[in-house]
Amino acid sequence: MIRLESVTKRYDKTVAVDHLSLEAPSKQITVFVGPSGCGKTTSLRMINRMIEPTSGRILIDDRDTSKGSAAKLRRGIGYVIQNAGLFPHRNIADNIATVPVLTGETRRAARARALELMDRVGLDRQFADRYPAQLSGGQQQRVGVARALAADPPVMLMDEPFSAVDPVVREQLQDEFLRLQGEIGKTIVFVTHDIDEAIKLGDQVAVLRVGGQLAQLATPVELLSRPADAFVAGFVGRDRGYRALGFTAAGQLPLRAEPVVALGADLSRAAGVAEDGWVLVVDNDARPLGWLAVGGLPPERLNGTITPELLNLGGTLATEAGYLRAALDAALSSPSGRGVIVREDGRFAGTVLASQVLARIEERAAAARTDAQRSAATAFGPEPTPPAVNGPEE
Amino acid sequence: MNAIWNYFRGDQDEILHWTWTTVWLAGGALLVGFVVALPLGWLASRYRWTYPPLVTLAGIVYTIPSVVLFLALPGLIGTKILAPVNVGIALTAYTVALMVRIVADGLASVSGDTMASAAAMGYTNRQRLFAVQFPIAIPVIGAGLRVAAVSNVSLVSVASIIGVSQLGQLFVAGNNNNTLTPIWLGLIIIMALAFVFDGVILMTIRLLTPWQRAVSKP
Repeated sequence: MIRLESVTKRYDKTVAVDHLSLEAPSKQITVFVGPSGCGKTTSLRMINRMIEPTSGRILIDDRDTSKGSAAKLRRGIGYVIQNAGLFPHRNIADNIATVPVLTGETRRAARARALELMDRVGLDRQFADRYPAQLSGGQQQRVGVARALAADPPVMLMDEPFSAVDPVVREQLQDEFLRLQGEIGKTIVFVTHDIDEAIKLGDQVAVLRVGGQLAQLATPVELLSRPADAFVAGFVGRDRGYRALGFTAAGQLPLRAEPVVALGADLSRAAGVAEDGWVLVVDNDARPLGWLAVGGLPPERLNGTITPELLNLGGTLATEAGYLRAALDAALSSPSGRGVIVREDGRFAGTVLASQVLARIEERAAAARTDAQRSAATAFGPEPTPPAVNGPEE
Repeated sequence: MNAIWNYFRGDQDEILHWTWTTVWLAGGALLVGFVVALPLGWLASRYRWTYPPLVTLAGIVYTIPSVVLFLALPGLIGTKILAPVNVGIALTAYTVALMVRIVADGLASVSGDTMASAAAMGYTNRQRLFAVQFPIAIPVIGAGLRVAAVSNVSLVSVASIIGVSQLGQLFVAGNNNNTLTPIWLGLIIIMALAFVFDGVILMTIRLLTPWQRAVSKP
């Protein structure tokens, strides 16, 4: 656990971080997010003393970080920086082996471990002897993560690690990062200016405002549903009602059994089972492939078989144990109007209509409102007796 | 060409001696100057307020004509007026003047991300300088060193004016006897020396920076 106690950083007259107090719980991801100038990177760098606080204390597992040598402290804290910040003059394996070598491990042992870490972050071992400039931005960022993990530190600091790569790679890196965190369970503080990234990755999110003040510290779903003030509401942005659905479990949806046909089956058979002119086509393992508008085909074409070119791939898939956002999106995007729900293993489970998902959303929202009223009631306690008006003493 | 060769054979021992003097004057000054410029350049890159005065001073030193420096040094530091050490010191001063800025710029050219991540990995400032910053700056610093080396080799010959014997004597001889042969010979040897100096430094840089070549053939 990392605890910031009234941490302040002042440069001459400007205040970069203003009495910031918060806890980053063990084995969780805490995201610092905010506009530029909100002191999020400064706050991060005060944790490993790359910047020394003007006042306040920072404790890692109840140990005051200001005691002892900064270099030693940093060797126990993983750090990933934007643009990876790799050492251009060292090959990939040596880059990853940096901290173990610094702490006295032999280069051979550290390099052996570096290779294992490359597997872990999804880098081909053949890159081990290449230099950073020979890798793409996304690959360099993976090396950065591996390097931060090399000494197996309990705490990791990540400063906009995925900001400099293109959106497709970023999404991929984020997903892998979450998977990796699921395996390794580090205490992570993650800085980003991208609220979507914060909401996607954070177990809890600290929204900072310009001047380095904490505006709100909350779970992503709380942030979306109950922003603390106008600044947070504005920063969290539009569509937050819709985005919050991404955190609301769909629960057991009323799935409708749907007739399906396999790829390669006769079109005439598809026409026989289609509803409203649409039929879902699956592969041999019952995984959905796409919708077939068999009702739109002229009768003379019904002699052939179902080929991939005939399929409409417009619909998205939602998993049974997933979130409302995916279920709603599956229904809205489906060309047949029937959202495809699959099991965890990708096999077809059934379909759901948008109206059914909406009904579920309304149920959930109603329950949330009741909860909110109840907690508001407890927060304010029983109706307080009005304070006595100070009249003249008798 | 034959005339040049014959001229060389005719005075072989003396010319080889001059060559050797040129080598150690230019090379020694290069080494000493480089070693002096390293901490000064580091200072200028580490504490930015020292950069303008150090680089300005270096620029002023570099613009002093070499003849003036050769002649003024005995008065300034009390060496004998004809001593080769005057030439060595003057060339060292030029090397320092040229290299201070290059070392400072080379060290400053290392990316801020790399420096920050080195600090974050737990390098002490000293470890970071020697293990990260300096090795990455080698290509820039090395390029400056090549210029300094070649410039030193050619500057040595000016020392003939103050009577220090080295390859410049060949130019003096050519001038006095009104013949081009020794001048050609001097040019050839000096250019060959410059070429060797440059080559040695270039090879050293290449050995120290395998990562630079890797980049060009991904």
